[in-house]
Amino acid sequence: MFAVLRDLIRYNIEFAIGLVLVGIVVVFASLSFFAPVDPSLIYMTIPDQPPSPQFWFGTNSRGQDMFWQLSAAFRNSLVFGITVAVLSRIISITVGLLSGYVGGWVDRVLMFINDIFVAVPIFPVLVLFYFVLRNNLDSLTLALIMACFGWPFDARLIRSVALGLKHREFTRHATFAGMSTRKILLEEHLPYVMPIVFSTFMNNMLWSIGLEVTLAVLGFTNINNPTIGTVLYWANSHSAMVVGVWWWIVIPVILIVMTFLGLFLLAISMNEYIDPRSRLRRMGA
Amino acid sequence: MSQQSNRDILKVDGLKAYYQMNYFGVEREVRAVDDITMTVRKNEVYGIAGESSSGKTSFIKVLAAAIRPPLRVVAGSATYAFKSGTIDVAHASPEEIEAVRWKHLSYIMQGSMSVLNPVRRIGKTFKDFAQRPLGLSGRAFEERVVHHLSRLKLPPDVLKAYPHELSGGMRQRVTIGLATVCHPEFIIADEPTTALDVVVQKEVLSLIREIQQDMGSSVVFVTHDMSVHANMADRVGIIYAGRLVEEGPTRQMFFAPKHPYTAHLVASLPRIGDTTQRPALEGRPPNLADPPQGCRFHPRCPLAVEKCRTQTPPLEEVAPDQRSACWRWMDVEPLVKPSAPVGVVA
Amino acid sequence: MSTLLEVNNVSKRFTMGGLFGRRVVDAVQEASFSLTTDKPEIFTIIGESGSGKTTLARMILGLEDASEGEILFRGKRISRHMGQAERLAFMSAVQPVFQNPFEAFNPLKKIERYLSSTARRFLRTSDRATIDRAMDEALQKVGLSLKEVRGRFPHEMSGGQLQRCAIARALIPNPPLLIADEPVSMVDASLRMSIVNLLRSLRDDLGVSVIYITHDLATAYYISDRIIIMQRGRIVEMGDARTVLENPEHPYSRLLKASVLSTDDAGAGKLATDPGMVDLANAMMGRAGKLVDRQDGRRVRVYDEA
Repeated sequence: MFAVLRDLIRYNIEFAIGLVLVGIVVVFASLSFFAPVDPSLIYMTIPDQPPSPQFWFGTNSRGQDMFWQLSAAFRNSLVFGITVAVLSRIISITVGLLSGYVGGWVDRVLMFINDIFVAVPIFPVLVLFYFVLRNNLDSLTLALIMACFGWPFDARLIRSVALGLKHREFTRHATFAGMSTRKILLEEHLPYVMPIVFSTFMNNMLWSIGLEVTLAVLGFTNINNPTIGTVLYWANSHSAMVVGVWWWIVIPVILIVMTFLGLFLLAISMNEYIDPRSRLRRMGA
Repeated sequence: MSQQSNRDILKVDGLKAYYQMNYFGVEREVRAVDDITMTVRKNEVYGIAGESSSGKTSFIKVLAAAIRPPLRVVAGSATYAFKSGTIDVAHASPEEIEAVRWKHLSYIMQGSMSVLNPVRRIGKTFKDFAQRPLGLSGRAFEERVVHHLSRLKLPPDVLKAYPHELSGGMRQRVTIGLATVCHPEFIIADEPTTALDVVVQKEVLSLIREIQQDMGSSVVFVTHDMSVHANMADRVGIIYAGRLVEEGPTRQMFFAPKHPYTAHLVASLPRIGDTTQRPALEGRPPNLADPPQGCRFHPRCPLAVEKCRTQTPPLEEVAPDQRSACWRWMDVEPLVKPSAPVGVVA
Repeated sequence: MSTLLEVNNVSKRFTMGGLFGRRVVDAVQEASFSLTTDKPEIFTIIGESGSGKTTLARMILGLEDASEGEILFRGKRISRHMGQAERLAFMSAVQPVFQNPFEAFNPLKKIERYLSSTARRFLRTSDRATIDRAMDEALQKVGLSLKEVRGRFPHEMSGGQLQRCAIARALIPNPPLLIADEPVSMVDASLRMSIVNLLRSLRDDLGVSVIYITHDLATAYYISDRIIIMQRGRIVEMGDARTVLENPEHPYSRLLKASVLSTDDAGAGKLATDPGMVDLANAMMGRAGKLVDRQDGRRVRVYDEA
């Protein structure tokens, strides 16, 4: 595994850049575990201080140290993105593989549900949830809701691969070797859909974080919980750019771009590595 | 000597073509074609036999001037002597190759679907491929194509058809038509009948043979099926692990092979009317990334001696027109008895 | 004399296409034959693509249901909807060998996993030593050993070795019947005979019956006891392999035999097929006719003169 990582870094420039970018963001986010201040409290320091040796990222108009504020915000957002991606991957793998392999009425029912989720517009639904739950809409609830909407396209993709795998000889061979359906799906078919799972994992994270930012900027989430979106929300509501507190906007945006770019680069380079065909070529088959 | 070179259309000299790959730091060099020297004469069918991953496909790629990385010609040459002049396809420029392609040098490929565009009518495909090399105007070109198709027993209607509307045998006849409409001097046929059923296979084979004799072209015919070579080829060359191990006139190859590998290939063919136990060859073809020392066949060879393990046997003339790369070619016994006296059939 | 496998008037009809242009294809029509338990044999089904030989094999394996007729294995009806226990019992008695050994093993997984799974499931044991012993025994039968196979991936072996592994796996539950669908067509020429000889020794030494499906008349002649020849879903000739192949009677069988490329006159360049023969064989296609018995034990489809 380490050799693989080393080779990837050495021979795949996209992977190296992506890893560095994501690495910086992750380290930065995990610093929040050692934060000396509670990021949800306000007026803890002098407001509106520009970046300086004392306040690396400056302070905002709410009297928060932006370094620790952003650190907590990125931690929350990354955890949020990963939660959505993991949950929606689990759903899409289960639905896609089952639907493709079992076929028949199982396929029809699952794909019917799938298409309903494709058709329902997510944004109004999320806004609706906000109006109903108000401040009870915490990150976890939001993640659960978004996971429920994040799987259908990928499930279809996985299903199409599973359909092809179903008719491969090794699937029939596995059946006659007495393997159960669960075992065939998890051990025979899953490796083939892993490239899709990985690349869509990153894409899904990007999608969910982006959507959370949109919601938060508009004020449709719990704005007291620091996330990338709520940081921007407060900056906007205090007219940060107008009053000249540029660092309140510019620094988060730079970090967001780094995160998205890094995740994207990781997605494409890992995809190339995990793809069974290129892996087989490397093994010399 | 000058007369000798006059009757040759293709001369391959010390050809080495390797795959050089680099995947995430793992460097691999596969010696797919390792020092092959041979000639193909005018107006003959030269059969090339070899197993999967023996290097025969890479060899054909070089002959067909389809050398693309990671495949690289490392040494040697493959020179055609066409009427229009000679060309070494191992080192020619794309323009030079373009000038001879299809008009002098053409191919019949395994899957007819890879040549025929599924959304273009057959007639259009003919135009795309052959009109420019032939240099004929629309009307004359069409007449030429229809005339040519009639020789292949195809009705002119096929020109209006889409590939999927034809049967597998018809499609393969169309690809033969495509490959031969310009009356090329040299045709490379790469497993053209492998995907066909037995009845159609025989029909297509006899068609290729017929049209080859009509036009006086040379054909390099590649297949792993020895029984096809028995009926198609004038001469057969056997490739094993990137090397030519034996070549000779078909009949001699079948009834008086001078290489143990050839002897085994021939002997392992079952025949109707004969149920005696057929010998099977053990082991597996070597990995071309790491071939064995000496003769590459020695790990599987029943005749192997110490010398075979260390020294590479040269390809030498062992009988009239027959060359074998084996230290012990004198000891190779044919494993099948001929049903007719051995002799070169003209 | 008890029957092992009984195929009774089996037909299979596929409906192709959707609402418009619906087309019905009769893949197999009224096929009947049976295998007995007392004498193991290699029973060959010969046919070209589209002859229905693979569909027939799939029905015998319980992967497809017959449209008409029934297939009985030891008196029990084979169907796609057998219960779990029934299915397991059936699979431990009838095992397949697939066409392409490189396709039959998942390239990302070790070879032994198929063997150990078979042993665990069909020998109903989870004891590692028992499983290993069963695997090793089966591999010994095909001329390999567990030591050679353990820990290896499919691409590390030749097609011939892999096909042996596949056969070894099929042998683990000690099935009385193997279904081999074109088991050598993807195996290299120099390794092909070792697989064919192996099938022969399975019959002679282990008493396993094999249904061998192929388009190759020469290997069929070499190893089979009985054969059936299929043309477009219909059995046109069946009987003792030597009798039928040495002297085929049905025009289609004769055409098939004439199309076999012989090496006897290697280099002579004799390739022409008598066109009259092709026309005659094609004329029989799609006509019902009926199978009649001949004195030498074969059955041939004959047609009413129209």
